[in-house]
Amino acid sequence: MDFTLSKKHEMARQLFKDFAEKEVKPMAQEVDETEHFPMDNVKKMGKYGFMGIPIPKEYGGQGCDILTYVMCVEELSKVCATTGVIVSAHTSLCADPILTYGTEEQKKKYLPDLASGKKIGAFGLTEPGAGTDAQGVQTKAVLDGDEWVLNGSKCFITNGEVADIYIIIAYTDVVEKRGRKVKSFSAFIVEKGTPGFSFGTKEKKMGIRGSSTYELIFQDCRIPKDALLGPQGKGFPIAMHTLDGGRIGIASQALGIAEGALERTIEYTKERKQFGRTIAQQQNTQFQLADMATKVEAAKHLVYKAALKKQEFAEGAKVSYSVEAAMAKLYAAEVAMEVTTKAVQLHGGYGYIREYDVERMMRDAKITEIYEGTSEVQRMVISGSLLK
Amino acid sequence: MKIVVCIKQVPDTKGGVKFNPDGTLDRGAMLAIMNPDDKAGLEAALRLKDEYGAEVTVVTMGLPKAEEALREALAMGADKAILVTDRVLGGADTWATSTTVAGAIRNLEYDLIITGRQAIDGDTAQVGPQISEHLDLPVISYAKDIKIEGDYVIVQRQYDDGYHVLKAKMPCLITALSELNEPRYMTPGGIFDAYDAEVTVWGRKDLKDVDDSNIGLAGSPTKIAKASDKVRKGAGEVKTDLDADGAVSYIVGKLKEKHVI
Repeated sequence: MDFTLSKKHEMARQLFKDFAEKEVKPMAQEVDETEHFPMDNVKKMGKYGFMGIPIPKEYGGQGCDILTYVMCVEELSKVCATTGVIVSAHTSLCADPILTYGTEEQKKKYLPDLASGKKIGAFGLTEPGAGTDAQGVQTKAVLDGDEWVLNGSKCFITNGEVADIYIIIAYTDVVEKRGRKVKSFSAFIVEKGTPGFSFGTKEKKMGIRGSSTYELIFQDCRIPKDALLGPQGKGFPIAMHTLDGGRIGIASQALGIAEGALERTIEYTKERKQFGRTIAQQQNTQFQLADMATKVEAAKHLVYKAALKKQEFAEGAKVSYSVEAAMAKLYAAEVAMEVTTKAVQLHGGYGYIREYDVERMMRDAKITEIYEGTSEVQRMVISGSLLK
Repeated sequence: MKIVVCIKQVPDTKGGVKFNPDGTLDRGAMLAIMNPDDKAGLEAALRLKDEYGAEVTVVTMGLPKAEEALREALAMGADKAILVTDRVLGGADTWATSTTVAGAIRNLEYDLIITGRQAIDGDTAQVGPQISEHLDLPVISYAKDIKIEGDYVIVQRQYDDGYHVLKAKMPCLITALSELNEPRYMTPGGIFDAYDAEVTVWGRKDLKDVDDSNIGLAGSPTKIAKASDKVRKGAGEVKTDLDADGAVSYIVGKLKEKHVI
């Protein structure tokens, strides 16, 4: 067992850190304030390969491992959680299922443009009446000759309006299971610009305000028969497996937010003076920082462990990383919320002011406990594996 | 076209400077980066490679850990990397360094050699021009723009109040300014490839036409009498565009920013 990063991983981390500090950090406040999607930086990240880190080279990607991807999302999220989630949703929720379940033709068609950032990816499962309960999905796909006809809508879709390629989960059948009628789902690849596919309202959010969160609407949207991703009727396991990977991305985002807030707080408490000395010299501050740092470190171990487990899967081992991903996401998200809340508290009045990064970070942290499976869902996944 | 780029791993002066008892820099104890002028030189070479097609070889002399700077260069897009390292080369001043690097370059084919103007640890700006003397090549220093025209390079040489345009036949040597360009980032895949790539390691025996009296500490005419870290002082800020009220609110704003008031 070795907790030391290899030299190449250290160098990759330095690259992400340099990029984040130089390109992303100066934009973070404006991105939040104006709800502006940072397209220029996304294009730059595409140019330098950040949009295709775990995609094999044969499909135009960087051919790196999951840990490198995780460190990228982490370092970006330290300075801007919006940028972190853009990379995470694009990579984990769109490129990854195409890589895992796509036909050779689909991989060749979509992955090079996703890996280069020329096109952005998104994933649509959630609907107004279906979040955690997938059986509530109303979006339906019917085969009509050589085409599937999609009808329904998706909500809260990350990269919603800016994406070009969407993985959409719809039900394609109703089957009898243990005497009950249940929906059978399939996954589809839908391209922007397909007639019948449009965007609804843009969500105004508490945090990650620069990320493009939209409603997707499908009205008699006809897509080719070969837009089916994976076998027909396997959409639910594909979606769940995709979310396992997505949770590692969000766990990395949460970890980055927590680390970023801790760094800012250490800097601030060493400067801020009260009663004639810096607040870092007060024991309360010291103990708070110690607790924050310890939890961040524990979260990091869980997130990196989940990344290594997914790496085993990526290399062909028949392993599940569902529980590791759920634990990493559950813990890192709760740590992000706790650490950012304490960071604001240690900043005092300044922490409540928008000018200070921790104010944004606390708002950004909340979503990590909610999307890609709430903390409650993660507990269901974890306990389900314990009690089966 | 074949381009040789000379780079140096230097202490990141942001992390503080540490010395050995003999006054030389304790490089092992400091954070290390690729010297900024050299990085600009590498970027210039990579741009020539992108535009005209070229094979870019990076050369450095240093401790074994200088290999990191070479891998960074490979991850940015260099094709080959050579590390010149040997105990007998340690403690070299600019003369011994340029003699050593020239001895390494004599083993290589090249049309163009690019070095940085100067390193942030020594600030001498001597090694590049000295290498050109050892190799009997024309040198153009302080390059802020480089173009290729047939067998010639056309270079803008920076001066305080303008620049000269110089044309030289290749092979020649150019020293680059960090203002020359904005070096590219590495790519994650480039980093992985760089760690799979082989870095050629040369020692004293691999240097061509080099006399022992011109290498290492013994071959260095420069002797350091005393070295010390400079006392750090803020650069300060001069504002001339404010009226009295503007000046007051600017100062108050700064004091608030620093939590003084």
